[in-house]
Amino acid sequence: MEFFRIRKDIPFMRFALVFNAISTLTFVAAVFFLATKGLHLSIEFTGGTLIEVGYSQTADLSKIRKQMDEDGFVDTQVQNFGTSRDVLIRVPPEKGAGKADVGARVMASLEKVSNGDTPTLKRVEFVGPQVGKELFEDGAMALLLVVFGIVAYLALRFEWRFAVAAIIANLHDVVIILGFFAFFQWEFSLPVLAAVLAVLGYSVNESVVVFDRVRETFKKKRGMSTPEIINHAITSTISRTIITHGSTQAMVTSMLIFGGAALHYFALALTIGILFGIYSSVLVASPLVMWMGVSREQFIVAKKAKPEGMTDDGACV
Amino acid sequence: MNRFPLWKNAIIVIALVFGLLYTLPNFFGEVPAVQVSSVKATIKVDTALLSRVEEVLNGASISNTGLFADQHSIRVRLADTDTQLKAKDVIEKALNPDPANASYSVALNLLSASPNWLTRVGALPMYLGLDLRGGVHFLLQVDMKGAITKRLDSTAADLRSLLREKSIRHSGINRERETIAIKFRDAETRDKARSVISNAQGDLALVDAVDSNDFSLLATLTPQSEKRIQEFAIKQNITTLHNRINELAVSEPVIQQQGADRIVVQLPGIQDTAKAKDILGRTATLEVRMVDDENSANPTVMEEAAKGQPPFGTEYYVERGGRPLLVKKQVVLTGDRLTDAQPGFDNQTQEPAVHLTLDAAGARIFRDVTRDNVGKRMAILLIEKGKGEVVTAPVIRTEIGGGRVQISGRMSTTEANDVALLLRAGSLAAPMEIIEERTIGPSLGADNIAKGFSSTTWGFVAIAIFMCLYYLLFGFVSVIALSTNLLLLVALLSLLQATLTLPGIAAIALTLGMAIDANVLINERVREELRGGSTPQAAITAGYERAWGTILDSNVTTLIAGVALLIFGSGPVRGFAVVHCLGILTSIFSSVVVSRGLINLIYGRRKKLASLSIGQIWKPGV
Repeated sequence: MEFFRIRKDIPFMRFALVFNAISTLTFVAAVFFLATKGLHLSIEFTGGTLIEVGYSQTADLSKIRKQMDEDGFVDTQVQNFGTSRDVLIRVPPEKGAGKADVGARVMASLEKVSNGDTPTLKRVEFVGPQVGKELFEDGAMALLLVVFGIVAYLALRFEWRFAVAAIIANLHDVVIILGFFAFFQWEFSLPVLAAVLAVLGYSVNESVVVFDRVRETFKKKRGMSTPEIINHAITSTISRTIITHGSTQAMVTSMLIFGGAALHYFALALTIGILFGIYSSVLVASPLVMWMGVSREQFIVAKKAKPEGMTDDGACV
Repeated sequence: MNRFPLWKNAIIVIALVFGLLYTLPNFFGEVPAVQVSSVKATIKVDTALLSRVEEVLNGASISNTGLFADQHSIRVRLADTDTQLKAKDVIEKALNPDPANASYSVALNLLSASPNWLTRVGALPMYLGLDLRGGVHFLLQVDMKGAITKRLDSTAADLRSLLREKSIRHSGINRERETIAIKFRDAETRDKARSVISNAQGDLALVDAVDSNDFSLLATLTPQSEKRIQEFAIKQNITTLHNRINELAVSEPVIQQQGADRIVVQLPGIQDTAKAKDILGRTATLEVRMVDDENSANPTVMEEAAKGQPPFGTEYYVERGGRPLLVKKQVVLTGDRLTDAQPGFDNQTQEPAVHLTLDAAGARIFRDVTRDNVGKRMAILLIEKGKGEVVTAPVIRTEIGGGRVQISGRMSTTEANDVALLLRAGSLAAPMEIIEERTIGPSLGADNIAKGFSSTTWGFVAIAIFMCLYYLLFGFVSVIALSTNLLLLVALLSLLQATLTLPGIAAIALTLGMAIDANVLINERVREELRGGSTPQAAITAGYERAWGTILDSNVTTLIAGVALLIFGSGPVRGFAVVHCLGILTSIFSSVVVSRGLINLIYGRRKKLASLSIGQIWKPGV
């Protein structure tokens, strides 16, 4: 089997402006939704209490909501989780005493409206308000470390232009994932944060493969212009790109289908990350490199210093 | 020719054997077990208890399949649940003759069913996190400011009595936040006081007040002593928590320091958070009372007392050594007056001893009581849950002033350590607050395992089918390499006993999905070489060599992200990061070295190789 029967290099760079315009628009939209709607943060970040209970029959949410209001809970969210028999209740952080016993109080309220179908407690999470702030700081620090680490490594192995292009393309992925989470108001939790950072490392990976080819083609083939070389590099790696991402996506799709509610948003973040990762690291990063003026001389400087007739390992006749 | 030198093949074989060995325990599942742990802080779990449990079981002719002892508990593995229940009853009866006053908790538990030889080489099943096995997780914040102000308050009281003793007149000692201000009439008195205080209290930094008309000394704790107090506070709180949690008979409790001022408590299998919280937050108190020596020496009175009828105004206790005694109900001192207890040695006799430090008020009371009761005994009791326990009952030899008390005589060094620990463990050094709590029901845990497992399986199957169809034999080799990767990853996780959580399982799946990248790169390169007209053997060599640089670069960038998560992540993110990082390392090895080894084995020796089974090679223009 061979899926990719490409006779000539595809002229990707001819449409460079279009690709970048598309991603700029998506980026601006993502920033807009992040600014206006904001992220729907999980209680790990905001603090508060989350209770998951299971009933043996379909739960009557409105009854539960009414009882919760009567029992003095303010701004609680009651919703189904996974199935109609599972209920998730979120209680925002309360000021003053008795912070840690919210779980017990909620269960007491639920018992009152249970009608003999006593709910079983599946999960309680209580997070104090001081924890959330640290998570934000740690998340930001992790992001910074990833960005600096990758830029430094790529600058060392390739060239600063590649490093900058790769990181711009991939940070814009991160913003777009966050934009999706803001637009659909999906819950942004710690595993989602992990997924976002993993995607950052993963899609830089993609740029690396293309850049590797660009460097190799620069060294091997003379007489090709920079856009031609980039076109050649992208075309010759495209089958690997599609197959690899297809495989990873197969795994992530399997998580979406079988992973249940707990892994749902994690897998969703990965899916968006993978799709935009391919697009941006190939079709956004490469034009950026081109515009920043990458050229053949940047890769063969070292060879020029060698005396005539010297081979790569330094032997001289 | 594509052949690996012997050492490379040897490495592959060793890695595979290692992987199989350490993955093996995960397949055996769990068997019923009985766990014995101490309920009282004064009773230790040791080898003597182990042999006693063994004796008891042999006596009842119950055969076990393994006896294990660790620091906190003894575990007996049993054939089935019937024997488990029988064994529990027998052990319970033998160790706790008096059920109302139990010394040990005997609980049902599950242990890994892997054979003993595997356990002996350190091959254990993966350590499952709470989200997979169910249980309670608490994150406790230790109030360090509270610990320091508590200490400063007692220091202020000490300074008052110190100045009185040296007859230095002051016009007030007050604590304001973290500073003690001592006012004097003139500069001369202040200077005198300064030298006295700096001699007596080494951990205070003394400064004169800024205003020249104000003859005050400002005392603050030096940074070193502040740090020491904080470290001491968190250590003592952890010790106290350990003692209390032992009562809950939890199979594998985790009590760890996290950061400078936090403690993580994880209790697998516990559902009753209310009870757990009650036990965590309970305060034990220490009391000093006088012993009723006259009646304690009277055998008839003691006999009556043992039956539950002690003389009026006294209580019947059994000392740690096993001797009964009567203790007066009147409390002389409470633990609030105790600022420190350290094991050490008697200055003169070099016998092991415990040194207690009392605050100023406590010292005064203690001096008065000892002066009036020379030659009598005093008892130090630890009161928990309304039940008291005599930690020690020493004889008063002389009047003791100055608040430094030494308990010595007939004590070994370990005993001195234990008593000191107990006296300190009675109460928390600093108040704690629960800042995070998580309860996961056991059904949800099992559910999470099943979901994580089926996601990984189906994803893996999908990838395997595709690879075999698209790359034929090379695809099959890639799948074998991917399986090796999974095997090594599980083996490493089992060996390191890293906590596996649901995000961790997700990371296993994701890592596998990403690891196939390396093989796709290699296979595509080999195809490309063939397309370019290379011979099959040359194509293999060139394909692997050219792909290697790319594989390395792309894995390093992924690893950078993984390490960042590992450093800054906490909780679920950390679980994800650990698996992710390990998975990247194992994937480099398996996808490059193992798959090459297999390809070499299949094709390497054939001199006249016409084609490779890598799927259709399409050439433009053909």
